[in-house]
Amino acid sequence: MTTITVRSSRRRGREAMRRAVRRNLTAYGFLCGALVCFAFFSWYPMIREFLLSFQKTNFVGPPEWVGLDNFRTVTEDPAFGPAWINTAMFTLLALVAGYAVPFVIALVLNELRHAKAYLRVVVYLPVMLPPAVAVLLFKWFYDPGPGLFNQILDVVHLPTLSWLDSTTTALISLVIVSTWMNLGTGTLIYLAALQSIPGELYEAAELDGAGLLRRVWHVTIPQTRLILLVMLLLQIVATMQVFIEPYLLTGGGPENATVTVAYLMYQYAFSFGNFGGGGALGLMLMIVLMVFSAVYLRVSRDDKN
Amino acid sequence: MKSRNLSILLAAGITLTVAACGSGGDDAKDSAKPAASAGADAPVTITVGCQPPKSNPKERAQWDADVAAFQKLHSNITIESKDAFPCIVPETFQAKLAGGEMEDLFYVYYTDVQRIIAAGQAADITPYVDTVTTLKDMRPDVLSVFKSGDKIYGLPRTNYSTGLVYNRKLFTQAGLDPDSPPKTWSEVREAAKKIAALGAGYVGYGEYSAGNTGGWHFTSALYGRGGEMVTPDGKQSAFNGPEGKAVLENLKEMRWTDNSMGTKQLLRWEDLMRMMGSGKLGMMIGAPDVVQAVNNDFKGKFEDYGVTALPEATQSLSGGDGYMFNPKATPEKIKAGLMWLEYRFLTPGQGQFNYERSKTDGLPVGLPSTDLYGSTPPGVKINEQRTQFATVPVDHFQSYVDGAANVQFKLEPPKAQEIYAVLDTAMSAVLTRQDANVDQLLADAQKKVDNILAKSS
Repeated sequence: MTTITVRSSRRRGREAMRRAVRRNLTAYGFLCGALVCFAFFSWYPMIREFLLSFQKTNFVGPPEWVGLDNFRTVTEDPAFGPAWINTAMFTLLALVAGYAVPFVIALVLNELRHAKAYLRVVVYLPVMLPPAVAVLLFKWFYDPGPGLFNQILDVVHLPTLSWLDSTTTALISLVIVSTWMNLGTGTLIYLAALQSIPGELYEAAELDGAGLLRRVWHVTIPQTRLILLVMLLLQIVATMQVFIEPYLLTGGGPENATVTVAYLMYQYAFSFGNFGGGGALGLMLMIVLMVFSAVYLRVSRDDKN
Repeated sequence: MKSRNLSILLAAGITLTVAACGSGGDDAKDSAKPAASAGADAPVTITVGCQPPKSNPKERAQWDADVAAFQKLHSNITIESKDAFPCIVPETFQAKLAGGEMEDLFYVYYTDVQRIIAAGQAADITPYVDTVTTLKDMRPDVLSVFKSGDKIYGLPRTNYSTGLVYNRKLFTQAGLDPDSPPKTWSEVREAAKKIAALGAGYVGYGEYSAGNTGGWHFTSALYGRGGEMVTPDGKQSAFNGPEGKAVLENLKEMRWTDNSMGTKQLLRWEDLMRMMGSGKLGMMIGAPDVVQAVNNDFKGKFEDYGVTALPEATQSLSGGDGYMFNPKATPEKIKAGLMWLEYRFLTPGQGQFNYERSKTDGLPVGLPSTDLYGSTPPGVKINEQRTQFATVPVDHFQSYVDGAANVQFKLEPPKAQEIYAVLDTAMSAVLTRQDANVDQLLADAQKKVDNILAKSS
């Protein structure tokens, strides 16, 4: 009797599983495609990079294991410290500008009654430009002679700036480019989040006598909290890997004022032909970002609970 | 159930990646072994880089014609041309090597040669190179670019010493004599001031200071003043001396006292080419290849430019390009490649030295950019034919040719790119900061470069 019950329960289990598999077959198919793509284009390079950071290779013969030599080489590089400081500063500044500005623009766009679609296109336009084109455009804007920015400063009788050519303004100049290039995406995401907030909440707040700032503080921010937290994480992860701006605009100068970890990584791998050193820097950056992401997610989950 | 599925997926992912890693390693090991030798006349196919791009139809047609003629002469050899513009970029070089896509005969700039040799990324061609008949006439200092010890790893295509490129049109506009270009650095300063005084946007003298190009030109200027980058044993830096100081002080004076270097700095190769092409830049350190690039790609005109010897120079950084062999190339491929190099790039009156054909095809002839043989018979013949079929004003380059005959070619220092990256800092400092302390900058750079050299020795 017991045997029959066990067999029948197993049969039922198998049948249920078969049904579940059949029901989710398409989903598994899509998942397989994504898994193969991730395996080859994300996980495999990550593993190769991990291995590379402990190797010396010329891509011809078998690589030689060198232990922590590559890490020693890059940490003793005089540009190593400035690269991390500049990366942290860039991230901080890009966060202040690149996080707040799109949110404010989204708030304004959300309140507008007219030309909303037109302005949305205008705000999103820079995203459609290839990054290299946008950066080269700013190269002209920043020209200390006939550049657009100094011409404007000149017209309003303000002192002109050296922009990229000064150690004090070079990094900020890169932040401005980065903010401008990424403004559109952030704004559109915030705008979508804002439009999902029920209008009744604002009406209730207004009836309670809340002004604009209090409505933003007590309704908008709590209602968009989740998206704000995700965007914060994504933005920090993206800006820590800043490369195009210093590569195309300053070459890490003047006096290493804009050399970043990703730029130094490029220098090691492609200018110096030291892929092990580049790999070591990449691994360090990845660990820092992974630890940061884990702590951030943990803290925001605790906060939510 | 969830965790079991996750485990299966994870296992599959790990298996895939491990399999991929494993196969990569095996490939690398297998491909590192040269294939077995074949008979002398056995068919051999070689891939060759730097075929002129389709955007340059005249030079491409010449290349293709030379390939056809060469294959007719050597019926067992097939050449597969690979075009690219530019012919080499650091990103694709390493990727092509890693992916097994590197040509059997690949193009290099002088600046990369020693790094490639040190990394074991080029084949030793010493046992086969004696077949090149003009090798004995080649300038030893030019051949030494491709040597490490007694071994040879490649052959040059072009060679030049560094000089001073100047805009003759601007010289005339500024009241200077374009046929009497500056011979000293103080004359350069004076000329630069006059050119900058032509008006807004005019730059008397331009200099690099970013993307490692600043360090490269610091080396050029330092060599010109008789300085050395490293000690003879290559174990310590040697640029922190009167010559190095003079290079930076001169730039600082021109930038801040004379205001003759423009306000925009952190310039790289394409920036100065663009400025030269636009006709607003008076002078820069460079060689005849700059004039060619400005003419071909930056809308300049040959007749507007001249090149003269580097002021006060008795020695000069050599520049140029050439070909090296894939370390996986078989002896047959190397032999075939050497025959092609001799045919296309190293024989007077033939291939790149077929000036008569170039003139007929409407290509510029007369730039003194390829001094491979000095005053040996092939060198004399090449120079005669270059003058005979010249289409550009050769007298615009005569002072450079005269000067180059008396300067000693010097090679780049070991760990060149790492050292250049360090010296970019000093170059960018004097050009962007009025209060830059030259002594301090050189002392900092010396410390950093000594560290780099200590680690590599």
